[in-house]
Order: sequence, then structure tokens, then C-alpha cells
Amino acid sequence: MTEMTVLNPVHRALGAKMVDFGGWDMPISYGSQIEEHHAVRRDAGMFDVSHMTVVDLHGAQARAFLRHLLANSVDKLKVSGKALYTCMLNAQGGVIDDLIVYFLDETHFRLVVNAATRDKDLAWIRQQAAPFGVRVEHHPELAMIAVQGPNARAKAASLWPHALAERALALKPFSATREDALFIARTGYTGEDGFEITLPGSEAAALWQRLLDVGVRPCGLGARDTLRLEAGMNLYGQDMDDTTTPYEAGLAWTISLDEGRDFIGRAALERQQREGVPRQLIGLVLDEKGVLRHGQPVRTARGAGEILSGTFAPTLGKAVAFARVPAGDPGEISVEIRGKAVPVRVVKFPFVRNGQACAGI
Amino acid sequence: MSEIPGDLKFLKSHEWARLEDGGVVRVGISDHAQGQLGDLVYVELPAVGDSVQAGNACAVVESVKAASDIYAPVSGTVVEINEALSDKPETINEDAYGEGWIFAVKPSSPDDMEALLDPDAYAELLEEEDAH
Repeated sequence: MTEMTVLNPVHRALGAKMVDFGGWDMPISYGSQIEEHHAVRRDAGMFDVSHMTVVDLHGAQARAFLRHLLANSVDKLKVSGKALYTCMLNAQGGVIDDLIVYFLDETHFRLVVNAATRDKDLAWIRQQAAPFGVRVEHHPELAMIAVQGPNARAKAASLWPHALAERALALKPFSATREDALFIARTGYTGEDGFEITLPGSEAAALWQRLLDVGVRPCGLGARDTLRLEAGMNLYGQDMDDTTTPYEAGLAWTISLDEGRDFIGRAALERQQREGVPRQLIGLVLDEKGVLRHGQPVRTARGAGEILSGTFAPTLGKAVAFARVPAGDPGEISVEIRGKAVPVRVVKFPFVRNGQACAGI
Repeated sequence: MSEIPGDLKFLKSHEWARLEDGGVVRVGISDHAQGQLGDLVYVELPAVGDSVQAGNACAVVESVKAASDIYAPVSGTVVEINEALSDKPETINEDAYGEGWIFAVKPSSPDDMEALLDPDAYAELLEEEDAH
């Protein structure tokens, strides 16, 4: 059964090319994917991300529950509205999903998890929440619009009453503010500044139209993918899954081995650290012509690997990728494209930040 | 949908072929195909002098989204390639039936052109695809 967001008719009316994305009928682009990409890097673009799953957690033990559930430490969240990026692991240390958790008050946290993993996430969260007496509330009636780009915040804020606009513009990165059912977070998945705006589905089409009126360009999942990969951000299911630990997925920075916190998967992670992490995620750039793509074989001095996410990067004018390869110095690396070994360079990522290529790319 | 030029013939896989004065067959992809692929970012051309077989892959076009093989509509020898595409692959998006041609073949068997779809049959094929 194909699912649709409340904005589906709006996308179709705009002439979007629609594709199946994890069971959702979503716009891949409204014309030129590359122009949409550039609009976000240079001005402002918007994405319908209403397929994302919003889960509210209520209960006196909400924080204690999240200390147990999440691999990053919710104890970093001290101010209401503050957000944290984290993985949710199984007992083997494999990534069930990556998500953002918002601290609202001591009895109320909000999670935003992936669409394609919704059912397994909800089942897992409910199962783990039961002993803590935490109520798990899924909110499919909410829509979400991500407005991203150097001019995104100013354009979005121009639509709000003065006091709300001031509050939204005063948000620090990775924090959120609320006004009734409107939830404005200074977060995103593009490497640009912007807001992710959660609101009742019934109000989404009106906001989309007002954003269009102030010159925010509709952007599809195609541009979202090239933007997030340039920004060095992982995609669940492609860059990591239940069989990879965060250490093997370039997500060590999201693991908090804080004293005395017994989170799910911790023992497995500590064992892997003791015994040695067998694989690593690295960033690659192809200086020659061609495109790196998911599934292409990678050869290193330490053995074989494969491309996870790979794409032509419009900001850079060449292809970049994440690859998973054996641990250790990979030496000279080549990628097999249509049977031909093509040399690639290992680089640090992000590849692009705030509209500019990062050093060495 | 732009008008399909009447002097073209097509493969079901969306390549077009134009028999020119002098007997050379110029080859590209249809406007429909470029629209499906989206922004093109890379074209892998055959080499002048290559032998190509009708129905066999002999070039590749890559968009941001996907790589797609280009099949030779006719057998023969490659006599010209559109090197301008190396720097400007988006020419195919802008002018699929003109400046966006990919290569030209001196056919070994003129009958190969007979086996291709005429513009009406190709337009019908597109309508059928749309219906699905």
C-alpha cells in the first residue's frame, strides 16, 4: 500500500516527478534536480519531509528511558528545545535507526525517526518503553517542511508574527521552539542553515504556498540526497543498518560512553573497541569523469570494500562517495566502474559546508 | 512533450537514428529519455573506428540519478563522436534531437534502419508507457 503525505496533490500540481521512496509516493524533483540543489546552496529551497515519523514520549521516566534507548547521551540536553542526533542500537550494537531527539520538558521528549523504518522503530521503542512507564505517541497527523539554504530562515520567519519570528531567528543550531502545534527547529539534512517546521497536516499546504510566494524553491528527494551526501551525512539503509555498528559507519562521534550509563548495545560496542573495529567508513572523491554509485566494488591495500552512498556532487562538479572498507590505512584506492578500475582519493568529509567545497576536496 | 522530428527512427530503448545524406546514421537519445533520466552529468563515448553491433551497448549516459547504456540502432563503424558532450553533457537535456547527438555510424547493413520504429510507432510506445 503506497502512502502519501498531505502535500501529495501539491507536488503533483507543481508537475513533480514522483517516485516510490520506502513505500511513500514522493517527489524526486520538480524539473531540474541540479537547479534545486543549487537553490539550497545559494538561496532557499523547501522539502516535504512529512513522511518522517514524529514520536512523542511522555512520562516521569522519559529521560531515564532515553538514557537506556539511545547511544548518544540525552544528559547533554539541559535546556528545553535542545536537540541531539543519535543512533538507536540493538543488543549487538547494530543501528536500528538514526534519529533526532528533542528535549521539551522532563516528562516530554520528541523523537523524529526515519519513514522507511517506522514500523520496526515504533515496535522497538514501545517494547523498550514499557518497563519505564513511558507513553509512546506516534503523530501521523503532523506534516513537516524543511526550509534550507542561506536565505531560508529569513524567508520563513517573514511569514510569522513578530514575536514568533524573533524567537525562531534567535534559535541556536540544533534547537527548537514551539507555538501551539507549530514546532520550529533549526536543523536540517543539507549542510545549510535552515528550519525544519513541524505543523498540523491541515495547515501544511497553506505554509507551502506562502513559502513559494516568498521565493522558496520546491526541491525533491533527488536534491535532498546530493545535498546530504555533500554535507557528509549518513543515509539509513544505505550507509548503515542493523548489521553495522556506528564505529563502522563514521558515527563514532555520536556514541557517548559516559560513566555508568547502560544503554542498549553498549556492551557490544565496548567489546568491538577492545577487539578492534574491523571496517571503517571513508570519504572518496573521483577526480576523473564518471559517477560513483551505490554498490560499486572498491579495492584497497587492506582488501575489498564497496561504495555505500555515491553521487555526482553538483556543488563540486565531480563525484563523491562514502565507502565501507577494511580498517587501517587503505593505501591506493580504486573503484570498479563498469569493469574498469578507476583511481579515487580518500578525503575527510563533509565534502561541502555552507555553500563551499571543504579544503582538500 | 516536444514534437518528434519526422526524419528519425527509434529503438524501443529510446535511442534515435537519423540517416543523413552521404549514408551516415547519427544517433542520440529521445527527448522522452532525457526527461526520464534527468540532469545528465557524464557521457561515455565510443571511439571513432569502433565497430558496433545493432542492439549492443556502445555508450553510456549518466544522470545524477542513474547510468544508462546506449544501444547502437544499426551495425557499422563509428565515424564521428560528439566530443562537446564531455564538457557539456547537459546539451542532451537541452536539445536531445539536435546538438545533443552522441555518435555517428557508417552502417554495414542499410537494412538495419528498416527494423527501427518510425515516429508514429515510437509515439504510440510512449503513450503505452504512460498508461502504465
